Amino acid sequence: MKLRLAALPLALMAAGAISTSANAASTLVYCSEGSPEGFNPSFYTSGTTFDASSKNMFNRLLEFKLGTTETEPGLAESYDVSADGLEYTFHLRKGVKFHSTKDFKPSRDFNADDVIFTFARQWDKNHPYHNVSGGSYEYFNGMGMPDLIKDIVKVDDYTVKFVLNKPEAPFIANLAMDFASIFSAEQADYLMKQGKPEQLDINPVGTGPFQKVQYQKDSLIRYTAFDDYWKGRAQFDRLVFSITPDASVRYAKLKAGECHVMPYPNPADLAQMEADKEINLMSQEGLNVGYLAFNTEKAPFTDTKVRQALNLATNKNAIIDAVFQGAGKVAKNPIPPTMWSYNDNVKDYAYDPVKAKALLKEAGYEDGFKTNIWAMPVQRPYNPNARRMAEIIQEDWKKVGVDAEIVSYEWGEYLNRSKKGEHDTVLLGWTGDNGDPDNFLYVLLGCDAVGGSNRAQWCNEEFNNLLLEAKETSDKAERTKYYEEAQQVFKREAPWITVAHSVVYEPIREEVKGYKIDPLGGHYFYNVSLEK
Amino acid sequence: MFQFIFRRLSLVIPTFIGITLLTFTLIRLIPGDPIEVMAGERGVSAERHAELSAQLGFDQPLYIQYFNYVSGVLQGDLGNSLVTREPVLSEFLALFPATIELTFCAAIFAILVGLPAGIIAAVKRGTLFDHSVMTFSLTGYSMPVFWWALLLMLIFSVNLGWTPVSGRIDVVYWIDNVTGFMLIDSILSGEEGAFSSAASHLILPSIVLGTIPMAVIARMTRSSMLEVLSEDYIRTARAKGIAPWRVIVIHALRNALIPVITVIGLQVGILLSGAILTETVFAWPGIGKWLIESIGRRDYPVVQGGILIVATIIIVVNLLVDIAYGIVNPRIRHSR
Repeated sequence: MKLRLAALPLALMAAGAISTSANAASTLVYCSEGSPEGFNPSFYTSGTTFDASSKNMFNRLLEFKLGTTETEPGLAESYDVSADGLEYTFHLRKGVKFHSTKDFKPSRDFNADDVIFTFARQWDKNHPYHNVSGGSYEYFNGMGMPDLIKDIVKVDDYTVKFVLNKPEAPFIANLAMDFASIFSAEQADYLMKQGKPEQLDINPVGTGPFQKVQYQKDSLIRYTAFDDYWKGRAQFDRLVFSITPDASVRYAKLKAGECHVMPYPNPADLAQMEADKEINLMSQEGLNVGYLAFNTEKAPFTDTKVRQALNLATNKNAIIDAVFQGAGKVAKNPIPPTMWSYNDNVKDYAYDPVKAKALLKEAGYEDGFKTNIWAMPVQRPYNPNARRMAEIIQEDWKKVGVDAEIVSYEWGEYLNRSKKGEHDTVLLGWTGDNGDPDNFLYVLLGCDAVGGSNRAQWCNEEFNNLLLEAKETSDKAERTKYYEEAQQVFKREAPWITVAHSVVYEPIREEVKGYKIDPLGGHYFYNVSLEK
Repeated sequence: MFQFIFRRLSLVIPTFIGITLLTFTLIRLIPGDPIEVMAGERGVSAERHAELSAQLGFDQPLYIQYFNYVSGVLQGDLGNSLVTREPVLSEFLALFPATIELTFCAAIFAILVGLPAGIIAAVKRGTLFDHSVMTFSLTGYSMPVFWWALLLMLIFSVNLGWTPVSGRIDVVYWIDNVTGFMLIDSILSGEEGAFSSAASHLILPSIVLGTIPMAVIARMTRSSMLEVLSEDYIRTARAKGIAPWRVIVIHALRNALIPVITVIGLQVGILLSGAILTETVFAWPGIGKWLIESIGRRDYPVVQGGILIVATIIIVVNLLVDIAYGIVNPRIRHSR
């Protein structure tokens, strides 16, 4: 009734408006989970921002092969590495066009100047663009690029050489990351001359399959397929990000046909999605790990036996059922199974409270001890409910005489305090950045990361040396060997309880074809087509 | 009348100082470092942390930070968001029309339904209608917004398909952002069906947001009317043989409206702040959602600036209500 009452005057008013026929262009709607922080991916670290910018608007020298964590040629057709591993020479693709905006029309194709501009802006503190828009390049810094790069040289218009300070094999994977998205040097010059350089970060042009038309904060982002895309035009005309923060609402929109693809469904809705014939529920193991780290600088966790005992005392299957509601898999290694060099021969600690008690006795803790478990206050992909997880672990440990108190802080505070090692044990996790094992093992467990992202404060010489060796060679088979061995050392020394790898679910409507889940967590729409 | 307005205005200055002080200190009292929150699990090095602190001015003593903030405000500069690096004011202006549009429609809904329901309930006191209105308004008042929104959405959008689920307009319409008010922009665009699409997107959010104020207005109108209807002058008017509707509308309603106007004024404030949940559920790009996210991210300038602007609006609305009172009831502007 209300609807009819409202519709009557509306229809009358609409009839008065000038009429042009609604557009018949094919549109793919993605119900995204939030607003991007901006459109320059080198400033930010969140996946929401990357989906809206780098994944669909830009290209990089190397790209991740869709559906894998391996790299493939992007704007660079090929590259050579010098024998000492210090020089990487990239041969650039010809005939690649940039998008245009209302004010800026590119006069030339992509070339070496664009590569130099993109990296020099982030790397060189005296670059005219370095401080524009606040100039903080968190990922570039976070991946250690400023110390790694010695020089970037333009050999000719289509050849660029990166000179490094030390051999670092993961460098190649870094170049496929979002912060390395290639900007147009010509647009940058143009805007600088216009006196509005910050516009480069608001309305940048890229070389990617979609060009941005309009952005309304918290509402939507509109793109059109780029006609001159170097891989060929996308198979639909328009791409719309309909920003919908609530997962139940995203699902309602998907059911009503108001969007085609949605990320991050509620675990509680999965069964219903699976039963729905109009929805195709896709899933893949996520490139992440949820863990409990022992503070190995604090007694009794300085003792390997204690760490092993608590590994034995924890029933991980119960956690998967209760916390992940099936949307997770027990983890035995610190890297996920989808990543190359994953060592499937590692034997996990099976749940065995009796053996755990015996080990504690051996270590001199027959009567147990008091400790704490820090539980994160937020939901993360690798841990949907840390509080619940902590409670289950607390119960398990009680059975072997270990009395743990659950502690929690506000998220920023939690990260900061755990970095300093104020905890006894802490729940945390990691989502991979670039698909390289180094990005898990060295970042989370390397000696350099103690006091930082190494929450176990664990520095083991044997383990660390293996990682350093692996960094220095660019031979993948050799690197795999080092990493496999490192995983054995890790399991033996048990600085963590590796709890789970979550499973990522993505419901899409049945008319969407060709969509692939990206193990690195991105959402790409170039390969997608719409049936009907 | 001017003296009355002037008196009210002079009370506003200390209120503003209080608001700037409160928002400035409260957001900083919540534990959590904006830089750490931004960095997440990845973390930042101590040097980088210090560098960013200096860049954002967090390394200075609090009183200097406060002084810089207030002097910025006085010059019309509310600072830049820590996350998007855009000026707070321009972000606010981009989002505010959406909130205004929603609040306005919700208020219209609340008044159009609440006022007549309250009047009829008072006139037909003790009847089935009266009891139903009171029961419904109590239910409406205590309904959790989130649940109510999802319920309406499931029934009307998903099952019946009468209204869209969320957003401001169907994605097939590519409307230029001229005024920020989708109803107006959709007419300006000249695209056929755009206006009705925009309007249909407003129906559910307006009902959800307007439900609580509607219930409050209905209850307030009813009790106020009942009080007035039992006054001697009403009996006199009736005894003089004036038509019953004239007695109710001209004699009773005008007097009964004074407390109702106060309530409506207060509800506008509640609507503005209460839009937070509604905006989140319906993915409505307004300021409620913006503020909530900013608190989570410890985006100090946005929280400070946003609350200051919202508070200003509420103060202005209340000031207008006070003045409206004075017009409806001359006794108020003359008393001290």
